[in-house]
Amino acid sequence: MALAFSKKEREALLDPLFNNNPIALQMLGICSALAVTTKLDKAIVMAVSLTLVCAFSNLAVSLIRDYVPTNIRIIIQLTIIASLVIITDQILKAFVPAISKQLSVFVGLIITNCIVMGRAEGFAMQNPPWVSFLDGIGNGLGYSIILILAGFFRELLGSGKVWNYPVLKLVTEGGWYNPNGLMVMAPGALFLVGLFIWALRTWKPDQVEDE
Amino acid sequence: MAEHYLNLAIKSICVENMALAFFLGMCSFMACSKKVETAIGLGFAVIFVLAMTVPINNLMYNYLLREGAMTWISPSMAEVDLSFLSFLSFIGTIAAATQLVEMALDKFMPKLYTALGVFLPLIAVNCAILGAALFMQQRDYTLGESVVFGVGSGIGWLLAIVALAAIREKMRYSNIPAGLRGLGMAFILTGLMAMGFMVFSGIQL
Amino acid sequence: MQRNGTLYTILFAAMVCGVCSILVSGTSVLLKDRQKANMILDRQRQVLSVAGLIQPGEKVSADEVRASFADSIDPKIVTLATGAYDDTIAVETFDQRRAAKDAATSQAAPENPAKVLRLPNHALVYLVTQDGALDKIVLPIEGKGLWSTLYGYLALDKDANTIRGITFYEHAETPGLGGEIDNPRWKALWQGRKAFDDGWKPAVRVIKGQAGPPEESPHEVDGLSGATLTGRGVTNLVTFWLGENGFGPYLAQMRSVGS
Repeated sequence: MALAFSKKEREALLDPLFNNNPIALQMLGICSALAVTTKLDKAIVMAVSLTLVCAFSNLAVSLIRDYVPTNIRIIIQLTIIASLVIITDQILKAFVPAISKQLSVFVGLIITNCIVMGRAEGFAMQNPPWVSFLDGIGNGLGYSIILILAGFFRELLGSGKVWNYPVLKLVTEGGWYNPNGLMVMAPGALFLVGLFIWALRTWKPDQVEDE
Repeated sequence: MAEHYLNLAIKSICVENMALAFFLGMCSFMACSKKVETAIGLGFAVIFVLAMTVPINNLMYNYLLREGAMTWISPSMAEVDLSFLSFLSFIGTIAAATQLVEMALDKFMPKLYTALGVFLPLIAVNCAILGAALFMQQRDYTLGESVVFGVGSGIGWLLAIVALAAIREKMRYSNIPAGLRGLGMAFILTGLMAMGFMVFSGIQL
Repeated sequence: MQRNGTLYTILFAAMVCGVCSILVSGTSVLLKDRQKANMILDRQRQVLSVAGLIQPGEKVSADEVRASFADSIDPKIVTLATGAYDDTIAVETFDQRRAAKDAATSQAAPENPAKVLRLPNHALVYLVTQDGALDKIVLPIEGKGLWSTLYGYLALDKDANTIRGITFYEHAETPGLGGEIDNPRWKALWQGRKAFDDGWKPAVRVIKGQAGPPEESPHEVDGLSGATLTGRGVTNLVTFWLGENGFGPYLAQMRSVGS
């Protein structure tokens, strides 16, 4: 399947996964990455929404890149992204109301998610539509990986479940696992992402910062 | 009533700290917390913009967007519900407000402008600002409450970023494992700070 | 035309706005009915589950929920101050939360530990009927927990005293700690407890630690470990809504009719 893509297309799609991960390296889009990961299903819905918004906004921005007047380009990008996010939000509300309620304001916050803005301005403005679309999907996936990992561990350790299905039997249910409450609260997410970055940089030492 | 506002202020500064409890504004929080000076500059810019945009968005939501909000124009519009446009209008207001603030500062307070200069345009896409507007909508704050909430959230954010920057400045003299240097350590520090801020949740307001 | 000319810029902006607004309003209009239906369905499901007509974990289709709701639930609007039914307000369009916000249909609530700020003049209760006779009364309740306002329902038996169920459909308590108020195991502990003491004062409360079976400790419910404040919030809000500012007058009437 990947063979059907040219080299550039493959790079646009796969690079953001580990080599140039938007969260771990580019420092984009951390905001919502943490708040929605208390449970795996929330994390996945958020990840899918963001990937789609990012891909389509890249596509749209790239399509009009030769016609946009330079002085209003940011606001045009913002308008396109905001419209896509509203559409996503409406669809979520209509089809998965329970999860949409839990995500609360964080769907709206995709608008200001720096990944979407950053890729629109930094990549889609210079590249043709198809590659931009792939770049959007790639960056969305890079974001998704961290979200899903964080969601998986936080739900497993914090409430002993995976995808709402009990895996570790809790003490309150007569089992043995005493849930780690810290995991479902804010600090747990920060520690997890910190450790993930550590692991990633140990694996790929060229990403280490010298501070 | 004053007590109610005070409660809300304490809540938005400490208990529900934008950065540490909701992770909002994290991108700039991580990126601009290497030096205390920049952190203070950005923090004040955020307070400034939050204090302006939350009340403006509140007015717009209550008098234009929500269901039945436009009855003041004509009673026949009681059925109109534009709340699906709120994301778009909020972000528009925020972008416009930041632009206005920038121009006004440039003209009347050039000193402050040069101090904040670089950060102002950044703020339009700071999630803390949009986040505050969305929380305001979700929690149905009144105009007075939204002013307090805006300023309070800004102060909370400033406190958090300045504290983190101070710690990071000190960290430069510590021996940190290579992979953790920079961003990784910043995350873990923020996690520890968030734990510290969690003690506020015991406050009965 | 010049790419950065004023006219071109304005035209371009207008065009983008046009396309975006068509897309956005299009989806919104198309999906609106579905969203409304979802909201109503969700509420109906909550009422049915607190009334014990849906068991926890049971999968029930949307149609079954609607049918079951239409069959056995009778929504009524109650004037809180007098406890009498008010038939002049349409049940379908009544939104209690909005009514509580509007100065015309609500008043400031007296100081109370549940932190209810505004009290609506009217409230929407659901009467659960079984074979045509009144079986349970479902009351909407709300109040502050630790982090958030809890919204839920409390089901009372037709004697307006014995608790038959409780549920919270909206809250943002800490998952795993205060969030355990969603745990069916804990909710089941409420069943059979008495809401009022002998002097008809609200008496049911969440304690720290464990309570005995309903026969031994009729007014006490087990606390949630690690969530003392959420438990206290639940006690406060149940006490408030059972009290004279809440449904006290209404429940007093139900008792005199029922006995």
